[in-house]
Amino acid sequence: MHPVTTIHYLVLSAALLLIGTVGVLTRRNIVVVLMSIELILNAVNINLVAFSHALNNINGQVFAVFVITDAVAEAAVGLGILIALFRNKETVRADEIDLLKW
Amino acid sequence: MLMDTVLFYAFAALVLGGGIFTITCRNAVHSAISLIVSLLGVAGLYLLLQAEFLFAVQIILYVGGIMLLFLFVIMLVNLDREAKERQFSRRWVVALAAVAVVGAEIAYFLYRGRDAFHIAEAGVAVPVAAALGNTEMLADSLFSEYLLPFEIASLLLLVAVVGAVVMAKRRI
Repeated sequence: MHPVTTIHYLVLSAALLLIGTVGVLTRRNIVVVLMSIELILNAVNINLVAFSHALNNINGQVFAVFVITDAVAEAAVGLGILIALFRNKETVRADEIDLLKW
Repeated sequence: MLMDTVLFYAFAALVLGGGIFTITCRNAVHSAISLIVSLLGVAGLYLLLQAEFLFAVQIILYVGGIMLLFLFVIMLVNLDREAKERQFSRRWVVALAAVAVVGAEIAYFLYRGRDAFHIAEAGVAVPVAAALGNTEMLADSLFSEYLLPFEIASLLLLVAVVGAVVMAKRRI
């Protein structure tokens, strides 16, 4: 059995990123789309922390902290928008929200 | 070393399995539970990578905070009708093709650059600041080198809090 190296973490993070991208692009339910965005941000964090460990440099983890902060802000505002949208349009389906189309 | 490998694959299975269930589940609550599993797997990976502070932050913030937010919103908006309908958008073939192309690209880069990472691996053998704890090192870096970004992040959180309240309020 091979020891776990940085490349293992990179492959895992790429796979998680692709799963999240598929979720963002294909799901109709906006709540699940927001969850997929969380998956993508976590994939980025795995990458940052893996390099931080490999290079023995703490800065990667500092950036991961900032990414987590962004994820929290994004989730709070996104879910607030979702509630306002549901109140006005009575839908959470991504392809029915076309207020900017004509 | 063997233990590390086994744990890595266990956590990787949690992460990827949770992720796949998150985007395929019909019921949004099931998606949220799968997302919790996936995020816990990521937290385990942080522990394997000796990022103990991020491990704690991940569990408290994601599993405690964000998931609670998601579950509240799922209960607030009525999703019973949505669960019986088509879950994926009509253009899912195009989306899958695009993601496949990006995946091939990433795989190619990782394959071509796989030797570059072994150089980085050599640095692991000497843990320089083992005397300091992980949290201590992180705080040192955060409060000296990254003080301005740290303050900007706090401002961002303030804006997000105000924005979320304004957005979700019926009448301001």
